[in-house]
Formats: sequence, C-alpha cells, structure tokens
Amino acid sequence: MSQFDGPGPEAAFHAHLAEGRFMIQRSASTGRHVFYPRVMEPCSGTADLEWVEASGLGTVYATTANRSRDGAYNIALVDLDEGPRMMARVEGIDAGDVTIGMRVRASVGEIDGTPAVIFHPEGA
Amino acid sequence: MAHPLRGKVACAGLATAGCGEAPGRNSMELMVEAVHGALADAAIPLSEVGGVFCATAVHAFPALSLAEHLGVHPKYSDGSNIGGSSFIAHALTAAMALDAGIIDVAVIAYGSNQRTAGGFRSISEPMPFEAVYKPRNPITAYALAASRYLHQFGATKEDLAEVAVAARKWAALNPEAFERDPLSVEDVVGARMISDPLGKLDCCLVTDGAAAIVLTRADRAKDGPRPPVYLLGAAMAHHHRMISAMPDLTVTAASDSGPRAFEMAGYGPGDMHTVQLYDAFTINTLLFLEDLGYCAKGEAKDFVKGGRISPGGDLAVNTNGGGLSCVHPGMYGLFVTIEAIRQIRAALGSDEGPREPGGWIEGARLSVGHGNGGVLSSQVTGVWGAAETL
Repeated sequence: MSQFDGPGPEAAFHAHLAEGRFMIQRSASTGRHVFYPRVMEPCSGTADLEWVEASGLGTVYATTANRSRDGAYNIALVDLDEGPRMMARVEGIDAGDVTIGMRVRASVGEIDGTPAVIFHPEGA
Repeated sequence: MAHPLRGKVACAGLATAGCGEAPGRNSMELMVEAVHGALADAAIPLSEVGGVFCATAVHAFPALSLAEHLGVHPKYSDGSNIGGSSFIAHALTAAMALDAGIIDVAVIAYGSNQRTAGGFRSISEPMPFEAVYKPRNPITAYALAASRYLHQFGATKEDLAEVAVAARKWAALNPEAFERDPLSVEDVVGARMISDPLGKLDCCLVTDGAAAIVLTRADRAKDGPRPPVYLLGAAMAHHHRMISAMPDLTVTAASDSGPRAFEMAGYGPGDMHTVQLYDAFTINTLLFLEDLGYCAKGEAKDFVKGGRISPGGDLAVNTNGGGLSCVHPGMYGLFVTIEAIRQIRAALGSDEGPREPGGWIEGARLSVGHGNGGVLSSQVTGVWGAAETL
C-alpha cells in the first residue's frame, strides 16, 4: 500500500477544519512543521508528514487593510509559533489597527460560510 | 572567461502598439500590430520568423494563438508564463535557441486591451490556502511586503511616494507617457488608500498596450537599419508563488537573478547608464534598487531622496515614466526591456521619437531591464549593451 493513499493533504486539512480543528503537518524524521499542507516537506523532501494540532499561537509578520466603500477587512501573514507562516485575517480589532509583532491566537471560524482559521489579538 | 551566450544575440527591431487606450482592438490584434512594427523596424520579413515567444494573462496557449494569427510555422515556440517577467526569460531562451542554430529570427511579444475591456483580468488560479481570506491580488500581496518594509527599516509612506514622484517627472519628459501632470509627495500620500500602506498613486497604471522585439544572432543584427543592442547577460530566479510562501518579504529573488545577470554580462550595476525596473507598485523600485546592488538592504528609502532617481539625478531609473506613469497593460516586462534598449539606440543616433531635454540619456551604452512577475515572485534580469560594450 502506497504511503500516498487516501485523501491528499489539502482535502485532509479542510476535513479537519470542517470539524473545527486547526491541524498542521510535522515531519516525523526532521521534527519540522509544515504549512501549507504538502505531500513532502519542502527542501528536505521527506514524505513522513503527520498531522498535529496547531498551538494556534502566532505573531503578525505583515499586515494590510483592504479598503473599499463597503468598509475594510484585515489580511495578515502570521508566523505560527511552530515555525511556518500563513495568510489569515486578524479580527476583533479594526483592520488598520493590527500591527506587526502583535501576538495572536487562532480559532476556526467562517468567511462567507467557508471554514477558515481566524486570529484574534491574544488576550482580547 | 566570458559566458558563452554573452553578446551572441541582439535586438534588431522593436515596437509598441496601442499604448494607453486602444478601444475596440483585442489583445491578440494589438500583439500582432506590435510584431508587425518590430519586424518593419528590423527590416526582416515575417516569413523568416522561426521562433515565437509570448505570454499574456488571458491566453492558455498564447504562442499557438500568435503563430496562427501571424501564419508562422515556428521551429521553436515558448508560451511559458512566470508573470510579467516572462518576456525577459523568453529573451534568455530565445538566445539559447538562436545560438544553437535552432532558429534564426525570434519574436517576443505581448498585448493587452485590459483598460478598454474593463480592467485587469487574468486566468490565474485562486491561491490555495489564501483565497478564503479574499486578498485582492496583486495589490494585497504588495501591500503586505510594503508593510513589512516600512516596519523593518523605519520607512514611511512619504518614502514610497518619492518613487511615484520620480516616475512622474520622467513621464513629463516623454510624450508617449500616459500620465504626465505634475505630482507631489503630498498628492501620493493623500490619495485614496486601497490596501494599507498603498494608496491609489502607489499603484501602476491600468492601460492597454502591446510590445514586441525581434532577436537575431549578432552577425545578422549588424546588417539591419537600426543599431543592434546586444543581450550581454540574462538570469532568472523565483523562490515562491504565493506571498504567504515568500521567505522574506523585504528580499526578492532579484538578489539572485541580478548578480548572475551582471556576472554573465561582465559588468556591474554601477556600470549601467540606465536602470529600468518593473514598478508595478512603488515598493518594487525600492526593493529592486537594493536587490540589484544599487544600495544596501533597507537603504533605498534614503537612496531615492533628493531626486536621485529623477531626471538629472545620479541614477537614471525608469526613464519612460515606468509602469507608474508611462504604460502598464497588465504585464510590463517587455516594456522595461524596450526602454532599456531604446535608451541605447537613441544614444547611438537612432531616431526614437521626441522627448523633452534629458529624456534620452546621453552616452547611454549599457542598460539593465529588470522584470518582476506574480506577487514579487519571479525575477528576471536582462543586461543590454551597444556594440562597443561587447
């Protein structure tokens, strides 16, 4: 049986998310975490990736507020404490008030009915 | 020892078409107009074209479409698409195919009617793991990079604005430029914010436009009506596709492509008489000045102050007015290249059309044309020179 049988990494991630769980991958041999979900760990090429629960803690690396007549919403890049970076939104604060270096905590929410990892300022 | 491809091919002809607004003409028609113009400029008949190179944001198989429209049966074609830098990558590939004798004449082309057809549109797929957050790419991605740059190096929106102001001053010298009215730092900073910290005037134009260049082996280019401009060096690099996968938002892969292109050319960044950078947004110019070696990381914000990259300044950057003020039909890499080449041709006495005094750089013999694609993703650097630089 091939190690690549069954749902692929993207489908597995979304299945976890639909159950309210924010899961990321970790290589059993190198110990490094991986996001976005992949078939192999980038660079090393090891294919022994396992799903682990993300701590949900991270730090804002870059941030912007997309503005239009309908208002503004935040888009940020968050460095997870486990190492990988991901795009997300920081909510619970004005879109333009999110700052680089801000500590944030993840929860599984929804954007227009689609499950998504959303961050809030830690302690908020 | 010189790189085996250095100076082996030259631009024998070039043209643009439909820049600004070209109502009623579609992207492929505009591209073919530019090819027609470039072949006439080179005095090479269509029947001799053996290599067809092109990319657009709206064609799945652009090389097939262009060759069919032209009635050319290519011996080599390349529709590789790595974004707006594709055309400089095409020049590298074309140089290899020409040098290997696979083809004798290559055409590299682009065309878009995005402005009069209702705005930028692309067949690019949604980015997995990003699309759910609804980034408005490309601007969201460049805004994220700008936010990081401002944070990390203490730069300001005024520093970004200096780039737009310099570009507009060059555009004022260029009758071909789309936006030529005076522009101040206050105008740029006060413009409607779109994606913090980038406002409307930090963003490139949305115009129609097409461009084409004709490349041949150096021996043939000597016999044409225009002064040949030689491809001395070219190199490409890319480190990511999605902005969330960019290793460091303040360092682009131009820090990889640039040094390799200059090494191949046998010249350094300081030898260039004109510097043409893909300025889709104001942040680009700062990043590329640093990554191509014009100043250290984090110092471009100071480098551009005091009109240093404006007409009459120390470094002639984006002398057509750039994507910010001259023309930007969605993918700008061929226009960067054409300005790099035209500056050299003009300095060699070729009639490139009128510009206000200072718009053509006297004595220009070497130009770098740097292309960017995606969301600061692909970076391709081309170094062009006059015969005496070989």
